[in-house]
Amino acid sequence: MNYLVGVFKPPCNIFVSFADGRRREQVPLKKENGKTVMVALFQSQENIVGEVVIEPIHGMKVEHNGVKIELLGQIELYFDRGNFYDFTSLVRELDVPGELYERKTYPFEFSTVEMPYESYNGVNVRLRYILKVTISRNFVSNIVEYQDFVVRNYTPPPSINNSIKMEVGIEDCLHIEFEYSKSKYHLKDVIIGKIYFLLVRIKLKNMELEIRRRESTGSGPNTYVETETLAKFELMDGAPVRGESIPIRLFLSPYELTPTYRNINNKYSVKYYLNLVLVDEEDRRYFKQQEITMYRLLEAS
Amino acid sequence: MLNGIDDEEKWLAEGIAGIQHNAFYMHQALDSNNLREALKYSAQMLSELRTSKLSPHKYYELYMRAFDELRKLEMFFKEDSKHGVSVIDLYELVQHAGNILPRLYLLCTVGSVYIKSKEAPAKEVLKDLVEMCRGVQHPIRGLFLRSYLAQISRDKLPDIGSEYEGDADTVMDAVEFVLQNFTEMNKLWVQMQHQGPGRFREKQEKERSELRDLVGKNLHVLSQIEGVDLGIYKETVLTRVLEQVVNCKDDLAQYYLMDCIIQVFPDEYHLQTLETLLGACPQLQPTVDVKTVLSRLMDRLSNYAASSEDVLPEFLQVEAFTKLSNAIGKVIEAQVDMPAVGAITLYVSLLTFTLCVHPDRLDYVDQVLGACVKKLYNIPKLEDSRAMKQVVALLSAPLEKYNDIVTALTLSNYPRVMDHLDNGTNKVMAMVIIQSIMKNNTFISTAHKLDEEDFKDEQNSVARLIHMLYNDEPEEMLKIICIVRKHTMAGGPKRLPFTVPSLVFSALRLVWRLQGQEGDIVGEEVPATPKKIFQLLTQIIEALSAVPSPELALRLYLQCAEAANGCDLELVAYEFFTQAFVLYEEEIADSKAQVTAIHLIIGTLQRMNVFGVENRDTMTHKTTGYSARLLKKPDQCRAVYACSHLFWVDDQDGIKDGERVLLCLKRALRIANAAQQMANVARGSSGPVILFVEILNKYLYFFEKGNQQITGAAIQDLIELINTEMQSDSATPDTASDAFLASTLRYIQFQKQKGGVMGEKFEAIKF
Repeated sequence: MNYLVGVFKPPCNIFVSFADGRRREQVPLKKENGKTVMVALFQSQENIVGEVVIEPIHGMKVEHNGVKIELLGQIELYFDRGNFYDFTSLVRELDVPGELYERKTYPFEFSTVEMPYESYNGVNVRLRYILKVTISRNFVSNIVEYQDFVVRNYTPPPSINNSIKMEVGIEDCLHIEFEYSKSKYHLKDVIIGKIYFLLVRIKLKNMELEIRRRESTGSGPNTYVETETLAKFELMDGAPVRGESIPIRLFLSPYELTPTYRNINNKYSVKYYLNLVLVDEEDRRYFKQQEITMYRLLEAS
Repeated sequence: MLNGIDDEEKWLAEGIAGIQHNAFYMHQALDSNNLREALKYSAQMLSELRTSKLSPHKYYELYMRAFDELRKLEMFFKEDSKHGVSVIDLYELVQHAGNILPRLYLLCTVGSVYIKSKEAPAKEVLKDLVEMCRGVQHPIRGLFLRSYLAQISRDKLPDIGSEYEGDADTVMDAVEFVLQNFTEMNKLWVQMQHQGPGRFREKQEKERSELRDLVGKNLHVLSQIEGVDLGIYKETVLTRVLEQVVNCKDDLAQYYLMDCIIQVFPDEYHLQTLETLLGACPQLQPTVDVKTVLSRLMDRLSNYAASSEDVLPEFLQVEAFTKLSNAIGKVIEAQVDMPAVGAITLYVSLLTFTLCVHPDRLDYVDQVLGACVKKLYNIPKLEDSRAMKQVVALLSAPLEKYNDIVTALTLSNYPRVMDHLDNGTNKVMAMVIIQSIMKNNTFISTAHKLDEEDFKDEQNSVARLIHMLYNDEPEEMLKIICIVRKHTMAGGPKRLPFTVPSLVFSALRLVWRLQGQEGDIVGEEVPATPKKIFQLLTQIIEALSAVPSPELALRLYLQCAEAANGCDLELVAYEFFTQAFVLYEEEIADSKAQVTAIHLIIGTLQRMNVFGVENRDTMTHKTTGYSARLLKKPDQCRAVYACSHLFWVDDQDGIKDGERVLLCLKRALRIANAAQQMANVARGSSGPVILFVEILNKYLYFFEKGNQQITGAAIQDLIELINTEMQSDSATPDTASDAFLASTLRYIQFQKQKGGVMGEKFEAIKF
């Protein structure tokens, strides 16, 4: 019986845990299988300390050529699935070759790890951080266990944060001036602004503000661009008259935004845009798109 | 289109079902304290209000459903122990809703709780809400949303004494909030007309009217804010509201809002801001019914003035009359097309106002009437019955106020306004006046300190008034005459000479009218018979003896006699003549008056054809007798030759007694002779021969008319006699007589040359 079991199941269980696991913030992470799990959250230059527990299944002996733990930062492009670009790779040897009969605990530590990029789960690309425990074996495949964790990096408020102000229009038809109070927003920010109607000769039906995410992956001829509309927020109902000004107040917190990522490891970029859309009675859409920069605010403690 | 209404019902039903459905789940969420679900379902419920398919009326129904549900939601929001979210967070949370309309309804609902919690100053929250609501520009949806905002904020304004009152000057915040909401609502309301296809304009207007109270409500709220004193009202509220009213350039809105302003704010505010308020009127669209607006304003002020005497000085202080009067003038001037009724309505209001506020200023009253006359200048008789009614109101107002017709009639423009009425209305007016007289019997006996001229004017007015009493129904007319008689008879000796003639002629006119329809008068039952009227007339004229005014009475008797003649009432006519003679004998002593009277008698008698031979003889005998007994010879002479006409009436059935004509003329010649002699004796020169020339003319008249007794020879003799007289030494040269004679002779010559029967006849006269 036991023999048979060993064919289908690894002969031991591997657990990875963090030293400050209980106190550390847990954030949801969507796995490949669609399930969301809670994982530990880190930021760059933190010490990643913890322990690996290997527990052979009852009565079984694990022969190995050594045990190691790696910290990997990987970018996976979906058009090139299966190929991982490791931009970060750190290794700690946990055990010399030998045999395991019983549960064994290996502490590990990666000090002040540079993790410049944030975890990201996009349409065509994924950036993830993992701890990979490998029990190397002869003749049979290695026993490997992964532990995901998430990295988020915080930035202080930008010193320069100009408003976005612009006058646009269609000649003799529609003339508007809009203003967003800032060009850089943190993820829980509020977009404040107003739209001022200088000329309205078309019958408008409504107006909305969209938040769009533009993810571009690859480079050169293999560039893939994917745009998602993350928010559709109605700003105005009905037709304004000349001289009317419509307020904008859009809370960003309900939306799943990330900071703006520019050219991450030459593999991808994620940018955010505000798209102001005016719809007329014939459902024609007039729009103006403006890039905004998103950042993760470093809360002043 | 055919199923438009059915469809609407269907859409409404669907909307209601949608609300009920989501409300059900909302209730469940509320019961289980599930905030997230509650927000989700309430937003879905409110999405039903996003419809564009319903008319305002139906939309209102939908709105009310949602409104009730929102009350429950508000209760839930209030209990943060249940949902565990602070009101500040809640205020943000509801703003996550993607659709604006549900978002803002929820925001207002939370806002209400927010203010109540006092975690933020009321003014901040209100300011935010009223500003955010700008996002809804659809007129109907916007109006209802803002009306919801107004509703939930009403009891939360930072008014003076309110629990939400903040630091200094928070009243201004309350005012500012309501004003802003008002302005935006009005803009939406005005926008409504530009929505949808233009072909249902009428329907649209109707729909707009249905929503007007939503807008007007704001003004009501403003008037309820304790802290709005006169200063704030003047400087901020009125200025801003009027600015919006004028700028919206929409007649429906302007009319309604002006009326609203007048109705909701206190009278004393209106009085103190009269200039501003009136100043806005000419700036309104030309199609706005400004007259009604002004009328209402004046009515209000009138009532205010009537409410207490203490407020009157205020009116004087602000010169209310002048301002109103000017404003009306401007409006009438500006609105050229305004129908007469409109203008008169305005004047009625102004008059009522004047009478209330300045009862002592008759000149103001007259000024108003004068302005009215000016307006009616181009319309001799009004034909519009509504306008007429207004004129009656205009004319009645002073009567009611003064209870004294005389006061009213001293107004110089009063009768001039009356001139514009048609007969029927004149009668109505007359009745009003008479009723006024009757109501106030004292006026007759009141001694007036008016000077003579005023008195005459006034009495002339009364006389004119009597002429205006008219009714097509003889019986009614007779009643009127009786009533007038009753009142004029009490008028005393000073007034009677003015009023009696009018009354007499008024009665005579009735007689003539009855005469005209003689055939219709059947039986004894008819009250208005000429006989009866003549009896009345006798009594009326008798009254003049008290004055006494015999000359006038005599004339009136003669008029009556002639009328009786027309009615073929010999005895009545005789009686009137008798009265006239009696007066002549007993009352008329002055010789000049006698001459006039005798000529009147002769003239009248000549025209009488009702008398039988005997009666006529009596009359003519008397008349010739009186004529011959006049004091001065020339008067005698002229009266006597005039009497000749009594015996020769130049129509078909007229009496033609040539002999007696000749007798009269001869007698006249004798008298003329005697006059000549008397002159010789008295002054040493003979008098003018003009009497002879006059008699010659009478000869020629009767000669021409074919009186056989007048011969060519007799005329020839007379001419000779005249020539002799003129050439005598004692003759006084008199160019008038010379000219008269010369033209008479020329006439004879002319007739001769004309030839024919007449020419031959005149050939007999040789000189």
